[in-house]
Amino acid sequence: MSDNAYTPKSKFGKWFNDRLPLLSLANHLTDYPTPKNLNYWWTFGGILTFCLITQIVTGLVLAMHYIAHADMAFDSVEHIMRDVNYGWLIRYIHANGASMFFLAVYIHIFRSLFYGSYKAPREIIWIIGIIIYLLMMAAAFMGYVLPWGQMSFWGATVITNLFSAIPLVGEGIVTWLWGGYSVDNPTLTRFFTLHYLIPFLILGLVVLHIWALHVPGNNNPVGIDIKKPSKDTVPFHPYIVIKDGFALLMFMIVFAFFVFYTPNILGHADNYIEADPLVTPAHIVPEWYLLPFYAILRSVPDKLLGVVAMLSAIFILAALPWLDTSKIRSAVFRPLYRQFYWILVADVLILGYVGAMPAEGLYLLIARIATAYYFLHFLIVLPVLGYKEKTLPIPLSITEPVLGGSPNLVAARNKESFNK
Amino acid sequence: MSEKKTNRRDFLFTATYAVGAVGVGATIWPMIDQMNPDASVKALASTEVDISSVTPGKTITVLWRGKPVFIRRRTREEIVQAKSVKMEELKDPEKDEDRAKNPEWLVMLGVCTHLGCVPLNDKGDYNGWFCPCHGSHYDTSGRIRKGPAPTNMEIPKYEFVNTNTIKIG
Repeated sequence: MSDNAYTPKSKFGKWFNDRLPLLSLANHLTDYPTPKNLNYWWTFGGILTFCLITQIVTGLVLAMHYIAHADMAFDSVEHIMRDVNYGWLIRYIHANGASMFFLAVYIHIFRSLFYGSYKAPREIIWIIGIIIYLLMMAAAFMGYVLPWGQMSFWGATVITNLFSAIPLVGEGIVTWLWGGYSVDNPTLTRFFTLHYLIPFLILGLVVLHIWALHVPGNNNPVGIDIKKPSKDTVPFHPYIVIKDGFALLMFMIVFAFFVFYTPNILGHADNYIEADPLVTPAHIVPEWYLLPFYAILRSVPDKLLGVVAMLSAIFILAALPWLDTSKIRSAVFRPLYRQFYWILVADVLILGYVGAMPAEGLYLLIARIATAYYFLHFLIVLPVLGYKEKTLPIPLSITEPVLGGSPNLVAARNKESFNK
Repeated sequence: MSEKKTNRRDFLFTATYAVGAVGVGATIWPMIDQMNPDASVKALASTEVDISSVTPGKTITVLWRGKPVFIRRRTREEIVQAKSVKMEELKDPEKDEDRAKNPEWLVMLGVCTHLGCVPLNDKGDYNGWFCPCHGSHYDTSGRIRKGPAPTNMEIPKYEFVNTNTIKIG
């Protein structure tokens, strides 16, 4: 790596850096060689960092006004909305920020799926990413409980009851999670504590995620290993910083649209009714970003197996680097995988849609087919495809297809095979 | 190094780890157990309910340990319906006599055994309860008949203190 040769220019800088090499770290981060063909799908890592910091900052501010008590939580949220200076803005940023965070993380994950970024030597980056994703879901779920509305209460009841499906110890675990015999004040206070803790765990994991990324370096749209630094790379600063910054601005426009124009469209009206343990809302629906997994849960008629299927749907992702047997990373050179990839995208969107609909009739049938296909994709299609698929020839470097006469990869490839 | 010396050191290491493990366990347990129901929650373990105003075909819902309890004064038809069901038809076979001490009164936790929602009265395919969350149907004895719930609605510990009062818990 280039920072090995780095020495600070000033005398004080050198003195400091010899004792704590922060300047070497800063130099590594600015000079970090990045593939020069990264497209805008690669900007979501930076966007996600922005989302995390936004949630932490707005969350800290909200915690100054929020009261974690079953009798006062709902009123304290209304107090934030009506009395606290700019409280409405901060809360709307925090609430919509969760949705924006998940929007970005899903794009980030599907980018990885398309370009094979999870494959060797980047398995650890991928697995840390899955752990972050799990923690995000936990944080989002517990955060949704805090306003103590009807959806908060009943969402908490349904989700914690998932643990009761565990044979023998299930009921004991649920009582332990609740700190009582139902979701109540002890549940609220511990959820608040954990909701406060998790973002900092995520922050730590993000550092590991980036550290693990900087060992092999970024994957890229062509998906080949490149020499670093070389003609195929550019320094992170200013090239990637500017590109990430521009993408972030575009993202913030979408974010601001939700915050200022439709701040409640992603929430549920029921959550503006205070929690009532005697009345269950007619439709309990989780937040949009959890709907595909909710659809999988409901598509299985057995309680325990439903929970197992839902959890497997998430954990199967951790095994993805070993389930995908293809040596070629990028879908650009995998004509069959590219089609299965889009089928998977459609499948997950369908699951999300039926997850929001009542679990009966045609919706249930669709949910079952989509659930079956989801597992089929990872357990059958990917392993078999690696052996059966006839992949396209990959270029030797990022620069090659360009120097081959055309910036278009496909055209350059055709020309190449024609020359042979 | 002689073999005997190595053994002695191994023993000391193992003994130290063992004592250390017990110490860590003893320290962690209070951290885990503090999350279990505390004394004030357990103290609310029983509640007395006046049922004198409940007419046949009516259900009252009371809160016990933070959970709704249904107290239904069943009509004659409902009792007949509950008793006439064959055990083979049930997912979680249980006689109506074992669920209602006094056939006129059904006292049970109003909590769906699937994922904990509160089922609705006088709804569903079996004239009993219907859970709107994931579509479980219960009969007039609160037994699961159709849907994802694995077991019948739970019967709490209760007793008739006198003809007008039920003590739950």
